[in-house]
Amino acid sequence: MSHNDTIVALATPSGSGAIAVIRLSGPEAINIASGVFRSVSGKELYKQRTHTVHLGHIVDNEKVVDEALVTIFKNPNSYTGEDVIEVSCHGSVYIQQEIIQLMLRRGCRMANAGEFTLRAFLNGKLDLSQAEAVADLIASDNEASHQVAMQQMRGGFSSEIAKLREELLNFASLIELELDFSEEDVEFADRSQFKELVERIVFVLKRLIDSFAVGNVIKNGIPVAIVGEPNVGKSTLLNALLNEERAIVSDIAGTTRDTIEDEISIGGIGFRFFDTAGIRDTKDVVESIGIKKTFEKIEQAQVVIYLFDSTQYQEQSDKFKVELEKIKNKYPQKPLIILANKVDKIDAEQQAKMRAEIPEIQMLSAKTGEGVEDLTKNLLDLINTGALRNNETIVTNSRHYDALLKAFEEIQKVKYGLETGLSGDLLAIDIRQALYHFGEITGQVTNDELLGNIFANFCIGK
Amino acid sequence: MMSLFQETYDVIVVGAGHAGSEAAAAAANMGCSTLLVTMNLQNIAQMSCNPAMGGIAKGQIVREIDALGGYSGIVSDTSAIQFKMLNKSKGPAMWSPRVQSDRMKFAEDWRLMLEQTPNLDFYQDMVSGLLVEGECVVGVKTSLGIDIKAKTVVLTNGTFLNGLIHIGDKNFGGGRAGERAAKGITEQLVDLGFDAGRMKTGTPPRVDGRSLDYSKMIVQPGDENPEKFSYSDITKPLTKQRDCHMSYTSAVVHDLLREGFDRSPMFNGRIKSTGPRYCPSIEDKINRFADKDRHQLFVEPEGWNTVEVYVNGFSTSLPEDVQFKALRSVAGFENVKFFRPGYAIEYDYFPPTQLKHTLETKLIDGLYFAGQINGTTGYEEAASQGLMAGINAALKVQEREAFVLNRSEAYIGVLIDDLITKGTEEPYRMFTSRAEYRTLLRQDNADLRLTPKSFDLGLASEKRLKRMEEKHSSAEDFVSFFKETSVKPEDINPILESKDSALVKQSDKMFKVFSRPNITIDDMRKLDVVEAYVQDHDLDSEVIEQAEIQVKYSGYIEKEKNNADKLNRLENIKIPENFDYSKITNMSFEAREKLNKIRPVTISQASRISGVSPSDVSVLLVYMGR
Repeated sequence: MSHNDTIVALATPSGSGAIAVIRLSGPEAINIASGVFRSVSGKELYKQRTHTVHLGHIVDNEKVVDEALVTIFKNPNSYTGEDVIEVSCHGSVYIQQEIIQLMLRRGCRMANAGEFTLRAFLNGKLDLSQAEAVADLIASDNEASHQVAMQQMRGGFSSEIAKLREELLNFASLIELELDFSEEDVEFADRSQFKELVERIVFVLKRLIDSFAVGNVIKNGIPVAIVGEPNVGKSTLLNALLNEERAIVSDIAGTTRDTIEDEISIGGIGFRFFDTAGIRDTKDVVESIGIKKTFEKIEQAQVVIYLFDSTQYQEQSDKFKVELEKIKNKYPQKPLIILANKVDKIDAEQQAKMRAEIPEIQMLSAKTGEGVEDLTKNLLDLINTGALRNNETIVTNSRHYDALLKAFEEIQKVKYGLETGLSGDLLAIDIRQALYHFGEITGQVTNDELLGNIFANFCIGK
Repeated sequence: MMSLFQETYDVIVVGAGHAGSEAAAAAANMGCSTLLVTMNLQNIAQMSCNPAMGGIAKGQIVREIDALGGYSGIVSDTSAIQFKMLNKSKGPAMWSPRVQSDRMKFAEDWRLMLEQTPNLDFYQDMVSGLLVEGECVVGVKTSLGIDIKAKTVVLTNGTFLNGLIHIGDKNFGGGRAGERAAKGITEQLVDLGFDAGRMKTGTPPRVDGRSLDYSKMIVQPGDENPEKFSYSDITKPLTKQRDCHMSYTSAVVHDLLREGFDRSPMFNGRIKSTGPRYCPSIEDKINRFADKDRHQLFVEPEGWNTVEVYVNGFSTSLPEDVQFKALRSVAGFENVKFFRPGYAIEYDYFPPTQLKHTLETKLIDGLYFAGQINGTTGYEEAASQGLMAGINAALKVQEREAFVLNRSEAYIGVLIDDLITKGTEEPYRMFTSRAEYRTLLRQDNADLRLTPKSFDLGLASEKRLKRMEEKHSSAEDFVSFFKETSVKPEDINPILESKDSALVKQSDKMFKVFSRPNITIDDMRKLDVVEAYVQDHDLDSEVIEQAEIQVKYSGYIEKEKNNADKLNRLENIKIPENFDYSKITNMSFEAREKLNKIRPVTISQASRISGVSPSDVSVLLVYMGR
């Protein structure tokens, strides 16, 4: 990939809006913009200082395309570290396209996905975890995921990791101190201090590692499988939740043969719903494939919704109960929501009977919308989003997760070593491994850094 | 006119300190005609600072030098007055031998060993410049105007290049107390395109031992069972030793020292260069750690017979009257008489990033640097560089492959790689924490690591190699014995009980019990069958110790070996010599600049350069086609 050319792309979301921002980055960015911009005050753009904003018109030869604000960022003080121009223009798709086309004709290249961020990273403007957060931010399509990515980009993640790294560094320094400077007249940490420090590191590491599970669902959405007989209204429910007709809805049983997936944001959390065929016994070959798929989806789901047609309850209650037992036995740990659909078609007595027989049942009419709100509330309650609400750092990147996990393993060894009275030089091996894995996130801890920390804190030297 | 020097020497070594002496010995022993030129032949192998060799990490280096066939280990043994194995309470990788030395005997023994070395000539004169043709060194010229031809030259100028001594507000040119500085070489090298810098170090006062009251001090004896440095059987452990003593400074002493701060060259800006953070002057200590109300002083005899005493911990460049007055307030020093005051010295060095792994300069072919000229401090650091430079100069003359030790093979490898890859901002001293794989780099196995290599070079004798091989095969046999022999609960449990270790319920291999952290070889020898093995095979303490380390630390040693292998994989990815970093635009400017300057040989070396990030390394790997 070449980085000598100048790239252009829309910096605001695609589609119409009040205004749109078009960004150029690269060595020719200022020249190219200068050639198509006519300032109201008659200034030449390329002569202007960095971090200045100019009002004027974008012109294609003599034709005025739009009135726009142009902001200049000269390297290295820009997002990418290169010369950057940001054109704030009116937000119609037509104008956006006209301006971008103009820039392309004048020598820009259309930016690849994430290329601005890539350049920022390569020019040292972002560290790796920040760059990854930007990528996540671009891809995020729900509020919580956006929040995590934003926090990470602003360095929330980096700062917590930096704090942890410092704890580890101090720990390693104390160990190295008693190895390299045992002859010095300094106060060495005793083993109980070490234990305290290692407990603290374990605690923070564990919290970060655990946050990955939360982070992961926030990032990817929480998978929810909707299970039930054909024609019990699964697709209608999905549509009610999605608020748009996407799944196939018909009154003929077994229409939904393929599992359909869609994502919906509830309370800022992404949920991915799988509409599945039911799990009844069948001889129909096509349908039995669908049933096998149902179980696969239950396997992957974090939440299972069992949906049945309450008008069928009188005749089929035994069958429902068997199927429910099947799911409960097979997946005892999975949160299960039992929904009686089409309650608009049955009377109160019937409802009372169902409640008595299946206490955890919830009433729903996907058609009228009754019970949909309860369902969404229920879904949110099932997900532990405590960490998110408390605004704690959440690990969403699997590379980070992996490194933290490995560091955690090594720290466990250090802890064990401390408990069994292992000598410092051997403890140091595990500490160094932990630091190494940690360094995969934050950049490596060098020996010079360790020694510098010792010299700064202890009076060394005869 | 008849010339003093008819021949063209293979190797000329300039300077006869620890680096120069090792360089000359190595080159000469490898069969090269070698000339050692120094300003004063009476001052070969001087201990300019403390009368001691070894210590933590440094003791390991001395063992490595000995294993490679250098002389420092032997001379340290013959001139020792006290031996201590430091860090004995830690794991074996930390055990570090250290001796107090008889300063005069150390220098004398070095000179006598050099005199007995074949192929080695001596000459006393000051080298004032190099003879350079094109980009090759072809000899040296002296202050008497003599040109001496050579194929290679090793510069080991120590603190002599434009040396400037400071005592209080006085300063004067000098390379060491009482010796003049060397001029001309720095200026010529700078003209040739070298970068030069300035460093600072210091030394404490020497005093008259007869004026001290030792009854007010704490006695510091040597080890009860002293060991030694050299793996050879030429030297023997000490049978008698001299004590050192310890005293403390006090708030009163600190106040007296502070009175002289306005005349201190450290604080009034006269000294601009950086001194080592780990070897601060006493004024630096009380200034930086003001809350510490006392500091240790070690009172070290300078030899068997001399009354001169070295006051370790009182390094200073304060005015001599301030030094004197303050020291007189230290317990035991009330009537102290000075032999000479402490002083600071500034000297020229050449940032070592200008060197290759062989210690040959990148700019001038055949020119090698070793010791303080490279920004290091310490006799051991200097000696090991001298040895490596001498070996590589000889190999170059003999058109043989260069000799480089990597970081997992020796502290010497760590030292040189650090120097040429990262450079150094302060005098560089070795610490065990600088080594990634220190459980591999132990003082007990330096012979196993390095003697075979030294034998291949033609330095270590076959006798030495055989001795090493026998030692290690006996140790391995002993380890196998523990692996193969079972022990019954009734025999081992009483021993385990006495050590508060969990009892065993059934017979098991001895190795398993022995591996427990708190079970030592002495515990195991309480078993008749183990003691019988030791007696039958006539195992000496070295072999027994070696076997114990193998048993107890095998897991860790294995782990570090695996890690080292991982490192070595990156070590094997070579970067072409003329690789153009400027074309890698997707790398930070800083990284490109550093890489262009250091020109690392391998990806692994590149990764150790400060300013080169893990992502830069990934980018490099892409360019190397991985």
